[in-house]
Amino acid sequence: MPDMTDLILTPNLDDADGFYAALLAAHEGLSKEESDAFNARLILILANHIGDNSVLEKAIGTAKKGK
Amino acid sequence: MNKIFETPLYPYRRAPEQDEERIMRHKVVVVGAGPIGLAAAIDLAQNDIPVLVIDDNDKVSFGSRAICFAKRPLEILDRLGAGDAMVEKGVEWEFGRVFFGEREVYRFNLLPEAGHKRPAFINLQQYYFEEFLVRRLRELEAEGRPVEIRGKNKLAAIGAHEDHVTLEIDTPEGPYNLEAEWLIAADGAGSPTRRMMGLDFVGKVFEDNFLIADVIMQADFPTERWFWFDPPFNRGQSALLHKQPDNVWRIDFQLGWDIDREHELKPENIDRRLRAMLGEDIRYELEWSSIYTFQCRRMETFRKGRVIFAGDSAHQVSPFGARGANSGLQDTDNLIWKLRLVIEGKAPESLLDSYDFERILAADENILNSTRSTDFITPKSEISRILRDAVLDLSAEHEFARPLVNSGRLSVPAIYDGSPLNTADALDGPAISRPGAPCPDAPLGEGFLLDRLGDRFILLTIDAEAPDEIEEDGIAVTRLALSVRDDTTGALKRRYLADEPSAVYLIRPDQHVAARRPSWNENLFRAAIRRATGKE
Repeated sequence: MPDMTDLILTPNLDDADGFYAALLAAHEGLSKEESDAFNARLILILANHIGDNSVLEKAIGTAKKGK
Repeated sequence: MNKIFETPLYPYRRAPEQDEERIMRHKVVVVGAGPIGLAAAIDLAQNDIPVLVIDDNDKVSFGSRAICFAKRPLEILDRLGAGDAMVEKGVEWEFGRVFFGEREVYRFNLLPEAGHKRPAFINLQQYYFEEFLVRRLRELEAEGRPVEIRGKNKLAAIGAHEDHVTLEIDTPEGPYNLEAEWLIAADGAGSPTRRMMGLDFVGKVFEDNFLIADVIMQADFPTERWFWFDPPFNRGQSALLHKQPDNVWRIDFQLGWDIDREHELKPENIDRRLRAMLGEDIRYELEWSSIYTFQCRRMETFRKGRVIFAGDSAHQVSPFGARGANSGLQDTDNLIWKLRLVIEGKAPESLLDSYDFERILAADENILNSTRSTDFITPKSEISRILRDAVLDLSAEHEFARPLVNSGRLSVPAIYDGSPLNTADALDGPAISRPGAPCPDAPLGEGFLLDRLGDRFILLTIDAEAPDEIEEDGIAVTRLALSVRDDTTGALKRRYLADEPSAVYLIRPDQHVAARRPSWNENLFRAAIRRATGKE
């Protein structure tokens, strides 16, 4: 069991391909502006679901490092 | 119209010094008769420390200005004998609404915690606030307390010396000189004292202009705080509607930095904005309008020898969160008991260094909070606007997004964690009453706890033994003995004991906790008293 405050960076999605397809589908037909707003809403919804600030900080740090 | 802010309250009178060759040295001179200067003077006078207040004006401030007063400052005003007048006149509120663009996104309740004497907030025009403080000061004067206020006395020059300050004062009848052992500069954001002393005021974080309109109208809007993000009547900016006593409504329009002040202040332009906001057919009278700018900054230190800065002269924040006047009142609350002990020779001058530590901590907290609010209200980049709008969009449907909406985090007192006056926490008690925290109020039978604390050092015992009086190196400490048996609401236990069966608290004259333990221990509490008075 990983520590609850650890950011999971190993495969954890039930259905990786299915999730990715759903994410692309959600952006389908949206303008750049609408897509940006969608992404922002999605980040906020996911962040709230995670809740734990130390995990969120690690996620922000990991994303910041990029590639 | 003969408003209070048009009537001289402390008209110019010739002072004895103006007819004498000899220069008089005063114990404490306060520069500025605004909320902070008046509170400082009342606190000193109540403790029989002679104080002279000078102000370049002779009236209360013009226009409503600071209108929102929080619970902790109201508790401080109770200690100063002015709380009832404020709360009776003030408008209490606990609901708010948030609008985004064309629509209302949600309504909230501040849900103030029960079991406190004072409400979470009242709205009250600054001119009433100042009037009530002047009235209290006059009461003390009539009782023979050593306090005096001189209107139309303008500080013209200042000389700082090791053990006193020299002042040159301009009056309608020409200048005169006086000296002060201590000077409290409560002369506002533009502080002439600070300028004349050539002191820094750095850390500009944010600049904006606000158009304030106070309108008198018989409106059936509820007593709520209404806040608009990006409304159709003020695109790209914010707006606020809030009720004050006497059917005066405060309306703030954020304008941005690059504006034409004269154009914005024209009555026809204000009228256009008001009708777009409140409806074409509103009937109102414009009481006051003004454009103000603000910055977020503070002095590097709040004390320069015998000159001590308090309120906006020491720190300035954005208006979001009502953290200006509210924090200034906590400055003087923190300062005056320390200054009193130093003047009475009961504590070393270095005790005043803790004023710097504690109130800089508070100022930084206020600047942080108000900076975050301004970043939310006025996004500085495209992506910050996208995120802000996403929060507001989600907040309409989803409760989770509402804590992210930031239209001002309303003023709460700072907890002086890490203060040199604190003794390490020795009680497994609630965090809200840890050393450095302001004592939370609690009902005690007919009355309330804070009214029993007053402005002296107190040993609060809850189901614990301790001497009724002790003195440590000139500092007298009185016991207040309480028991959970008298705690009918459970608030005392929740706020001071948690799961502990007993506790002894050492409480400072500003009602902040200095030390706490499960039981009395003479050596440790004597050490805590010395520490709380700058002697260890």
